[in-house]
Amino acid sequence: MEKLLKIGMAELDSACHPCMLTTLGLGSCVGIALYDSITKISGLAHIMLPSSLQAINNSNTAKFADTAIVKLVDDMIKLGACKSNIKAKLAGGAQMFNFSQSADIIRIGYRNVVSSKEKLEELGIPIIAEDTGGSYGRTIELYSDDGRLVIKTVGHGVKQI
Amino acid sequence: MAISINDLNNLQMDVLREIGNIGAGNAATALAKMMNKRIDMDVPKINVLEFKNVSDILGGAETLVVGILLKVTGDLTGNIMFMLDIESARLLVSILMGEEASKYTDACEFNEIEQSALKEIGNILAGSYLSALSSLTNLLIMPSIPDLAVDMAGAILSVPAIEFGKVGDTVLYIETEFAYGPSVVVGDFFLVPDIDSYETLLKALGVTN
Repeated sequence: MEKLLKIGMAELDSACHPCMLTTLGLGSCVGIALYDSITKISGLAHIMLPSSLQAINNSNTAKFADTAIVKLVDDMIKLGACKSNIKAKLAGGAQMFNFSQSADIIRIGYRNVVSSKEKLEELGIPIIAEDTGGSYGRTIELYSDDGRLVIKTVGHGVKQI
Repeated sequence: MAISINDLNNLQMDVLREIGNIGAGNAATALAKMMNKRIDMDVPKINVLEFKNVSDILGGAETLVVGILLKVTGDLTGNIMFMLDIESARLLVSILMGEEASKYTDACEFNEIEQSALKEIGNILAGSYLSALSSLTNLLIMPSIPDLAVDMAGAILSVPAIEFGKVGDTVLYIETEFAYGPSVVVGDFFLVPDIDSYETLLKALGVTN
């Protein structure tokens, strides 16, 4: 029986095969899906903010792109994954509202994506696919049998990366 | 000095609840005037939720909702968002435009005029909410023009949640219920002051720590 794990806002989780990890309604947040194709161990993080360094309260590591990725990789290695086999897929980072002034709140989705990519690059984890940006929400599902990431939207169809 | 929501004491929560009450009361009056209908209002509930539970507001992360966001500038800076479920939005639009509720099967479709009407509703509700806050605090508070998004609740909620995320691990919001005859419109206000503005707000209300 396949295990189904639901990851909420500012949460992360990992699991062994067979499992399906999902996070619902990603807006400006970014879903970081990590997958080791040899051991089929999968991990998913739902991050809200780009950097723990700019925050006043950074006790929740799953909230920030930089700390969440490190934690998720550690968790997966503990489950038996091999770091060199881990590959990443990204989804989310949308801009839900379109204000003309480009204040911080507006570009937060973009900054979340950039920060996630930087951290993944720093750890040497390749990003093999992404579906980021736009102005709509996404629900994502990561399947451990082949590491596919299914992205569902309202009015923008379903896709698989 | 930044204040986390977790640090707010009972008195401060009460004050915020009372602001919500007055603000939402003003908003209901404005709505009633605009529609020329009698609008009843419930006492607003002030809620503090952890992020992982945030998307349960209005019935789940994938529920379609309408979010209307205004930026706030002046003495107090930040954002205010009014969020309501699709049925409530349809109802408001149909009351406002004096038509039968439109019968789109695809609920996320609002035509241009309906979208404009929703923005205006958001504008009036948020505007009257803020003007109540402004006269109560003597602070200059200016809302921007409204922007609208129709999408999954989780995605829309991520916008205020991220702002709250900068200071803590919880979201504070005010749930209001408007009733028009037998129909109930449930909407949530998210007043998200910027980090520095909490202090300004609480000080203006005379309830600093």
